[in-house]
Amino acid sequence: MKQKYLPLTATILIFVLSYALCAAQYPNILSTRVIGNLLTDNAFLGIAAVGMTFVILSGGIDLSVGSVIAFTGVFLAVVLEHTSMHPLAAFALVLAITTLFGALMGVIIHYLEMPAFIVTLAGMFLARGMAFVLSIDSIPIKHPFYATLKGFYYKLPGGGRITLIGGLMLLVFAVGILIAHRTRFGTNVYALGGGTATAKLMGVPIASTTVKIYALSGLLAGLSGIVFSLYTSAGYSLAAVGVELDAITAVVIGGTLLTGGSGFVAGTLVGIFIQGLIQTYITFDGSLSSWWTKILIGALLFAFILLQKGIIHLSRDDRQRA
Amino acid sequence: MQASSDNILSAVRIDKGFPGTKALDKVDFHLQRGEVHALLGENGAGKSTLIKCLTGAYRRDGGSILLDGVEVDPRDTFDAQRLGIGTVYQEVNLLPNLSVAENLFLGRQPRRFGMVDIRAMNRKARELLSEYELELDVTRALASYSVAIQQVVAIARAVDLSGKVLILDEPTASLDAHEVALLFRIVRRLKARGLGIIFITHFLEQVYEISDRITVLRNGRLVGTRNTADLARRDLVAMMIGRELAAEIHAVHANAAEGEPRYRFRNYGRRGRIDPFDLNVRGGEVVGIAGLLGSGRTETAEVLFGAHRADSGTAEIDGRRVELSSPRAAIRQKFGFCPEDRKTDGIVGDLSVRENIVLALQARRGWTRPISRAEQNRLADLYIRALDIRTADREKPIKLLSGGNQQKAILARWLATEPEFLILDEPTRGIDVGAHAEIVRLIESLREKGMSLIVISSEIEELVAYSTRVIVLRDRAHVAELGGERITAHQIVEAIAAANERRAS
Repeated sequence: MKQKYLPLTATILIFVLSYALCAAQYPNILSTRVIGNLLTDNAFLGIAAVGMTFVILSGGIDLSVGSVIAFTGVFLAVVLEHTSMHPLAAFALVLAITTLFGALMGVIIHYLEMPAFIVTLAGMFLARGMAFVLSIDSIPIKHPFYATLKGFYYKLPGGGRITLIGGLMLLVFAVGILIAHRTRFGTNVYALGGGTATAKLMGVPIASTTVKIYALSGLLAGLSGIVFSLYTSAGYSLAAVGVELDAITAVVIGGTLLTGGSGFVAGTLVGIFIQGLIQTYITFDGSLSSWWTKILIGALLFAFILLQKGIIHLSRDDRQRA
Repeated sequence: MQASSDNILSAVRIDKGFPGTKALDKVDFHLQRGEVHALLGENGAGKSTLIKCLTGAYRRDGGSILLDGVEVDPRDTFDAQRLGIGTVYQEVNLLPNLSVAENLFLGRQPRRFGMVDIRAMNRKARELLSEYELELDVTRALASYSVAIQQVVAIARAVDLSGKVLILDEPTASLDAHEVALLFRIVRRLKARGLGIIFITHFLEQVYEISDRITVLRNGRLVGTRNTADLARRDLVAMMIGRELAAEIHAVHANAAEGEPRYRFRNYGRRGRIDPFDLNVRGGEVVGIAGLLGSGRTETAEVLFGAHRADSGTAEIDGRRVELSSPRAAIRQKFGFCPEDRKTDGIVGDLSVRENIVLALQARRGWTRPISRAEQNRLADLYIRALDIRTADREKPIKLLSGGNQQKAILARWLATEPEFLILDEPTRGIDVGAHAEIVRLIESLREKGMSLIVISSEIEELVAYSTRVIVLRDRAHVAELGGERITAHQIVEAIAAANERRAS
């Protein structure tokens, strides 16, 4: 088997194994209801994580995601409360804003040669601050269109539902996979992660690729914010704190190398599932504190970083023998 | 030589200067269609500067470049590639994490309905590589193949993109004999297709195996272009290390080197870096180390200084066994070492001249016993005066000084620790003629004060001028020792060339 599939295989294996263990204890976990909820509950995180996958594949990081989600939610709530704008128009507007916001961070990262960590950290504070400027309260969204959207779902046999937002997440993953593996832009993202200097020598358009990557992450953070507002039916500036870290976790558990250049968008989906599964298990158990989610995920994250180190080490040995 | 119609690439009177040095001085270079042209010269001769001017990585200060008889002016390497000049470097400039096919077609992947047609790309990649006798799984990551294969992939990409001139910059440095043979088969095939190939290496036997003509540069100047078949190895070595000043300068004060050796290294060496050697150094003696690039000169210095721990042999100082297991241990024994590349190993650019000078002394005393500011000032002023370091004042950041003055500051750093055994690796590299003479005088005066010095240099006349003995290296082993009357430029060149001839046979 090719080495690049190793982390992904490990992720899938861990998911299947832990799912089997959970199912052995609580057979209900296999029901389509649980699966449907797993998709719905993690939809906003999954969508944000697709953008994060591209950013990390290119060797960068985007810390602004959680704040952008909160900003989007507050923006939508405020606009829908105070104006007569149709939600769809508001969606388009907010997506344009967050995409531009991401693109702007990309421009700063590339042209001012600033580390992505610092630029997106500033973006994180900025977006959160803008959310507070719009409103410090939790504003409920009562627009009838929201109820309509929530009414859309696909009923699975066994009573489970694939909601609109759950389905949207799967769609975003499908498109993300296509972009990553079947477009020149996707290859350029990997090229950037393999080494910016070399990629430049080989003629990769570094500037436009970097800007597009962060614009994509901004777009998907905005979409994630829309999904989050549909999910919670409210906008609150303190919402979604630390979601960017959950997204990074999903990406790394999904087998993407934190240093960039190697990984799969599909792996991130499995990473999301693993996080969701742990959460579900703890809900089922009922006696465990929800902090166990964090502890388990922390341990898992650590194990994956070790695994990646090991693989890199092995591949180096391999090359020396070849 | 006139630019003939056979020339695919002509560089005429190329000039390139850097602050403080003239890297290229009116260099002419002509490459013919279907030839392998070796570009040779010691470190700092200007080979890589010339290549960078040809590929647009540097902007030349003067001169013109003609490609196929048309004047061109590549703005960057990408531009040069479009014009038809492709380059493959020693370190493969491809992306290890992408597949072989992606590396070959990055930026020009075949597409269908807006999506990359992976199957077509892989097929084209296989076709392309089959011309190079390579049967690879092109979907695998480049990193999973050996450096030689990666090198061939890089060549395939460069030729596919450029197709007129291929520059190979030390492509064989990390390859074994079998891999070199593979590479050479490909080079010959490309040559037959009419490409002009520039080959840079420091392995002379490879030059004789593959090249049709040889151009030698030295100190930024063209020494000459010869047909490989007409150029004896000995003459080539002489061209490379230069004997313009062939005046058989004196053999230095042989009497200065009498008495018992203070430093005895027996069977000293480290596997994979330098073969075990015996070396005795007396007080007041300058032992010169000569040899071509890659012969083990720097490795010898590093083993002596403990930068790479010796794994065989013993070291004695005044008859007493010592362990030189690390630079710290060596410094405790009053050793000093000025490394070859002062930019990466020597100066700390942003620190002032004063701070750079006291660095080694402070390191030896340990950070718990700081040198007072007054003492630092005294030391800095002392050496700035003694070595005539030209700086506005002692607080100027050292990176603003010229190469020669930086070199003197590093020397001052070690002299401040009052060493008794000083190793200088290429102390006169990249500095102007005036500073050059001063460094040579300084070495002389240190020797007269009774210090033991090891000086590594590719400047043969220089070694002749100050050495009491000269050791000749080849293939990471000490092969000859010249003393007294035998220290002449002629003898040293003979020893180096003889060594190389033996290796080739």
